Amino acid sequence: MAQETIDIDYVANLARIALTDEEKERFSGQLGQVLDYIEKLNTLDVSGVEPTAHAFPLENVWRADEPEPGFPVETALKNAPAVRDNMVVVPKVVE
Amino acid sequence: MEYEAVIGLEVHVQIKTESKMFTRAPAGYGHEPNTLTDPVVLGMPGTLPVMNKRAIDQIIKAGLMLGCDIAPVCKWDRKNYFYPDSPKNYQISQYDRPICIGGQLEIELPGPSRNVMGEHKFIHLTRIHLEEDVGKLNHVENDSLVDYNRAGTPLMEIVSEPDMHSGEEAYAYLTALRQIMVQGGISDCDMEKGQLRCDANISVRPKGVDTLGVKVELKNLNSISGVRNGIDYEIKRQIKTIQSGGQVVQETRRWDAEAGAATLMRTKEMAHDYRYFPDPDLMPVRVDQDWLQNLRATLPELPFERQRRYFDSFDLPYTVTSVLVPDRRLAEFFEEAVDECGEPKAVANWIANDLLRELSAGGIGIEDSKLRPAHIAGLVKLVKDGAISNNIAKEVFIAMFESGRRPEEIVEEKGLKQSSDTGELAGICNEVIGANPKSVEDYKAGKQNAINFLKGQVMKATKGKANPHIVDQILREELDKLA
Repeated sequence: MAQETIDIDYVANLARIALTDEEKERFSGQLGQVLDYIEKLNTLDVSGVEPTAHAFPLENVWRADEPEPGFPVETALKNAPAVRDNMVVVPKVVE
Repeated sequence: MEYEAVIGLEVHVQIKTESKMFTRAPAGYGHEPNTLTDPVVLGMPGTLPVMNKRAIDQIIKAGLMLGCDIAPVCKWDRKNYFYPDSPKNYQISQYDRPICIGGQLEIELPGPSRNVMGEHKFIHLTRIHLEEDVGKLNHVENDSLVDYNRAGTPLMEIVSEPDMHSGEEAYAYLTALRQIMVQGGISDCDMEKGQLRCDANISVRPKGVDTLGVKVELKNLNSISGVRNGIDYEIKRQIKTIQSGGQVVQETRRWDAEAGAATLMRTKEMAHDYRYFPDPDLMPVRVDQDWLQNLRATLPELPFERQRRYFDSFDLPYTVTSVLVPDRRLAEFFEEAVDECGEPKAVANWIANDLLRELSAGGIGIEDSKLRPAHIAGLVKLVKDGAISNNIAKEVFIAMFESGRRPEEIVEEKGLKQSSDTGELAGICNEVIGANPKSVEDYKAGKQNAINFLKGQVMKATKGKANPHIVDQILREELDKLA
């Protein structure tokens, strides 16, 4: 089974994590092992099986459209590193 | 060489609900920042989303009105990306199994003039899926401020096929789509409140060529006329680029309505890689025939269908229908009055001319009008029965509008009833004849028009209450008696 080459820089960037060279090498190897493991699934013949995301036959789990009060604004902002005008301050994002 | 533009639209429409898509936190616009959140909205560890049944009902209704196939089973996926407007770093959406598939929207292009109906076309839809809205970023001097009130609001994404060819068609598409969404009670579609948002994919190609050109995504089209102007601008830009020997590059541009121009958006270093995968927290939705049948029964008539019915059953002219039909409350008001008096043309004119004028002068909507359909029906009947003249009816209309009182009551109280009392009218006619020898002479000399002056004098003397037909008759009889 050919191990897929992993672009560790690309993956780290998607996850927004900075890796040292040593970490890159270590994680590339570990992720490669994960992919190899998952690759085993490809040996199964699933041509007659409908793709599904869940193991239980549950459907239509819902609730009525009835609102309930949520967080007070102070609670909502408790984790924010910086707050102004009851909004979370983040570095300027320009599209 | 002649070029043809090809346009597809992605329209986001917020579904009007009391609570959010996957939690009970209230949904709404215009509240103090960050007052509509809860642990699910903010993506706290350990929280679980639960679907809002009404949002699913509403998107199915939208899909049925747009002729979509409703998928018997659909599911939820996570769209992963980092951006401060997304509290969880993923958005719950539908990737490969959307709830509504296909469909079409009937649009009307502008006619040769305002009172002539324009060409109708069908624009095909690719799909409609349901997702959750994200928070709102407010850009200030040196940083951005995030308000999560909007995050988690049920949001439909309506994707069209590349079926449009001008800003005008895109404008007609949005107008038609908005009417259906508003009339179906799905959304208020207020673009200023972000309840309807539109992105366009635009490309050009030499006329007659089948393959598509390189497409540019145009964003920030946040008013319906902005859509038309922005698209026309982009089409011109692309044609100019090609004609001057350049090439259109696949990119995202942002429309600036004030500047009347689009600018290139900063290209992200990396193409989007959303890594969609099925959301393990949410079970699929299965829609059976009973459910569909129940929802179908609640659908309103589509605006263009209603218009065709007004042509066929009521013989109304295009101009009047194009006033009544876009507003469902107005159309229903009209139909209620017609049901009571059976005079569609008269009712339509009262609504399109007098009622709308008074509503707009008073700055109120039809739902706040004291004048109800029964008032108009009653008024129309009084005119039809000859009890009051058209001019008097105008006066009664204003009084009804202001007081909400019944027309019969106003006519009675103000003594406006049209006089058909031939004895009384004959007396007045003779007085007028006696006082206007010149006109009598003219009439006798063969000037038929002279009788109109005399008629006017009688109407004046009776304060408009005389039945004009009877006055005409009496005047002619009396004049003929004169040697």
